[in-house]
Order: sequence, then C-alpha cells, then structure tokens
Amino acid sequence: MNENQFVLPGDVIVTGDYRPEQNVILEGNRLMSTATGFSEIKDDLVTVTPLTGLYTPKTDDLVIGKIVSHNALSWEVDINSYYSGILTASDIFGKDYSPSRDDLSLKLKTGDIILARIANVNSRDPLITITGENLGKIDSGELIKISPTKIPRLTGSVIQTIEASTNATITVGQNGLIILKCDNSTGLKKSIASIKMIGMAQYDANLEEKIQRFLDENN
Amino acid sequence: MGGRETDVVLLDENGIRSDGRKVNETRKVTIKVGVLKNADGSAYIEFGGNKILAGVFGPRDVHPKHMSNPDTGILRVRYHMEPFSVSERKNPAPSRREIEISKVLKEALEPAVILEKFPRTAIDVYLEVLQADGGTRCAALDAASVALADAGIPMRDMVCSCAAGKAADTLILDVNNEEDQAGQADMPIGYMPNFGKITLLQLDGVLTTDEFKKCIELGIEGCKQVYEIQKNALREKYFSSGDNN
Repeated sequence: MNENQFVLPGDVIVTGDYRPEQNVILEGNRLMSTATGFSEIKDDLVTVTPLTGLYTPKTDDLVIGKIVSHNALSWEVDINSYYSGILTASDIFGKDYSPSRDDLSLKLKTGDIILARIANVNSRDPLITITGENLGKIDSGELIKISPTKIPRLTGSVIQTIEASTNATITVGQNGLIILKCDNSTGLKKSIASIKMIGMAQYDANLEEKIQRFLDENN
Repeated sequence: MGGRETDVVLLDENGIRSDGRKVNETRKVTIKVGVLKNADGSAYIEFGGNKILAGVFGPRDVHPKHMSNPDTGILRVRYHMEPFSVSERKNPAPSRREIEISKVLKEALEPAVILEKFPRTAIDVYLEVLQADGGTRCAALDAASVALADAGIPMRDMVCSCAAGKAADTLILDVNNEEDQAGQADMPIGYMPNFGKITLLQLDGVLTTDEFKKCIELGIEGCKQVYEIQKNALREKYFSSGDNN
C-alpha cells in the first residue's frame, strides 16, 4: 500500500491495525477517508490533509479575525470559519471587568482586525484570546485571503524565501487570512502576488522552487 | 407507467433500445466540478439529456434559527426544475413532485454526510435541473454528492445513483424519458459504494420478486459505473498536476 496518496471521501486508505486521526474514520478494520485530500500514514496513525473546505478551529492556532459585533461581555469575531470566535471582555480588561464601568467599544470597534490565538474549542463557540506576544489589534498592513487548506503549503521556509527577497513581514493566520507589511510598494506587490500564487496552485511538489523562480524573475 | 400505448419501439429484435443503447448500458455521463464561483462547492452533470447544476453552501448559520439543532448539523436540499427544463413550460413554483424529490434526496445524502461535526449549522444543497430527460433525481443525487465533496464537507462515502427498470418485458439499466413514460417499471437507486449500502430506493411500476432482486443488482452495477465517473471528475479538479484554475 502506498503511504501517501490522493483520496476521495469513502476511499479505503489502509486496512488493519491503525488508528484514525484527522478526516479518517474506522469502519470495521478499514480506515476510510472522509475528505478530498492527501493521506499520510505515520506509525499507526492515519491522517488526511484536506484540499478543500472551511477552516476548522483548533486550540492554539493563530488566527486573524475581524470584529463583527460586541455585547456586554464579549466580542464576536469573524474567523473565517463556520463558527464565530468569542473574545471575552475579561481577556482585555482583566478579572475585575465590570460591564457598567468599562466600555468594550473603546478597546475594539466593529471592523477592527485582530491577531488572536484559539484558546478553547470545546465550548459552544470557539473562545479566542489576544493575551500573548504580538497578539492584538493590527493597525496596518495588507490583508489577503486564501483558502485555509492552502495554509499548510506556506511553511516556514516558503515564508522566509518571500520575506528575504521582498523585505516584507508576513503574518499567517491558520484560518486563511494573511497580513503583509512592507515599506516599498514593489516588494509588497511581489509578496502579494507570490502568496496568491500559493493560494491558487493545485498540489505541486515543486511549489517552493516555483515561488523562488517567480521572485527572482521580477528582481 | 403501466405500459401506455406509444409508437416507440422500446426494444428491437436485436436487443437495442430506442436510443441505441444495449439493455445494460447507461447513457453518457459527464461531470464537471467547481463550476460555480460563489458556492462553496459545485458540480455540473450531463446524464444523457439531463443537465443539472448543483451548488453547496456551508456549514453555515441556520436561518430561521429555530430550525437549528444543538446536537448536530442539518442538511437542506432543494431540487428545482427550471421553467425551460421541459418541453411545456413548467411553473417555477415548487410543485408537490419537487418537494417530494427534495425530501428523498435529502434522506439519500444524510447517511453519507457527517453532520454531527457541525452542531447548530446547516449545509444547503441546491439542485437546478436545466434540462430534464428522465432520471433527473438520480443525476441530481450524483451531482449533489460530487458538489458536497468539492465543498470539503466530511462524508463517510460518496453517494452514486442510477436507475434500473423494466420496459418491453425486459430489465433495463438507466431508464430514459421514453422508457419511463411507456415502460413498465422505474426504480431509482442511491448507493454508497464503499459501504455497499442503499440510501435511495423507489419503485414506480410492477415487478415480480425475482425481477425486483435482479433490478436492484442491475441498478447497483449502474451506480458503480457512475461512481467511477464521479471519482474521475473530482480527481481531475484536485489531483491533476499543475495549475488549471
């Protein structure tokens, strides 16, 4: 049996003594994919990395979100998923937060973009937090949206390649949103184009080389 | 049904049907994936003369809110025929037949879709019949399943579908419009190929017990043929190397 393969929903990846992980179900002794994607077998764990679909929140993921609204106790944040992120007021004001004294709209307004971390996904809606280094409101930069399934392709080395040749700073949200900051406009344009290239590309083993070539060509 | 009088010869002495097919042959099926930009997933199917568009949205918020279920997601299917899909103009308002087909298609897809993962959300499937030529519910189900896979909605298995039936006292695969009108039985089947389970089974007409069993077997053979076409359509979009956007 091939270890890495393209699978469709219902495809049997492997049979026998394995454990199902992400996007895999166990049916008798058959491990079947539930997604269109790329299967991987590591030791006895079988996973499928999906090639399509919305972002599924996972604890500790960094996400970029947009404030949609707020009530007395929390903000509602659009995190490009099927659930909204909830940012509690006490996350910013501390434990002694009092709805009568503190005004949420002074800190974060509707439409503000924030970099946040997913704190907990076991509750009704995923809880997010902005306590932590570099987290919080984003004041400047270019916001790009690509399919969240393409984010795993933006590995550290790909980002470094782009950053090195364009002088841009790239912040990647696992939910498919990316913030680019760059002082010169050509570098910004080039980095946007290369990110979009990754967002459009189908599965391709030589993607990193292609990006490198694209960046070199336009120098 | 019940063998209406027509001049059409449903089956000639060589075992060739009115549209030139053999008894165990399906019509030509082509599927294209990802044809609608604004939908989360989409598919277009041509099943003989049937032309159907499928669009999938979700998981997304449920409106009206009271329909949402805190324990699981819900699946909503709308099957609709365009006014120009048949030779005589069809009133675009949902008819009794369309409401029924929407319901049976929803129930045919539900065993495959893993809805428990998305409590309080809805997955909407819209099926638009652009041109009808008998067997639209099967073709619509095929397209819906491909569109769901395109939308990245977790599924236990694909659902493939094909009809079998009886015309001119012979069991036939993939009943077309003429055979449906003048034939003796039409049996649409929805099938999950990797589980070997039937999710849709209807029968309009009369079959003996023996014929019924054979008809199911024949229909499942057709479903498996369609399944291969569904797989190829999805592979072409996702796994063909290089950019084809």
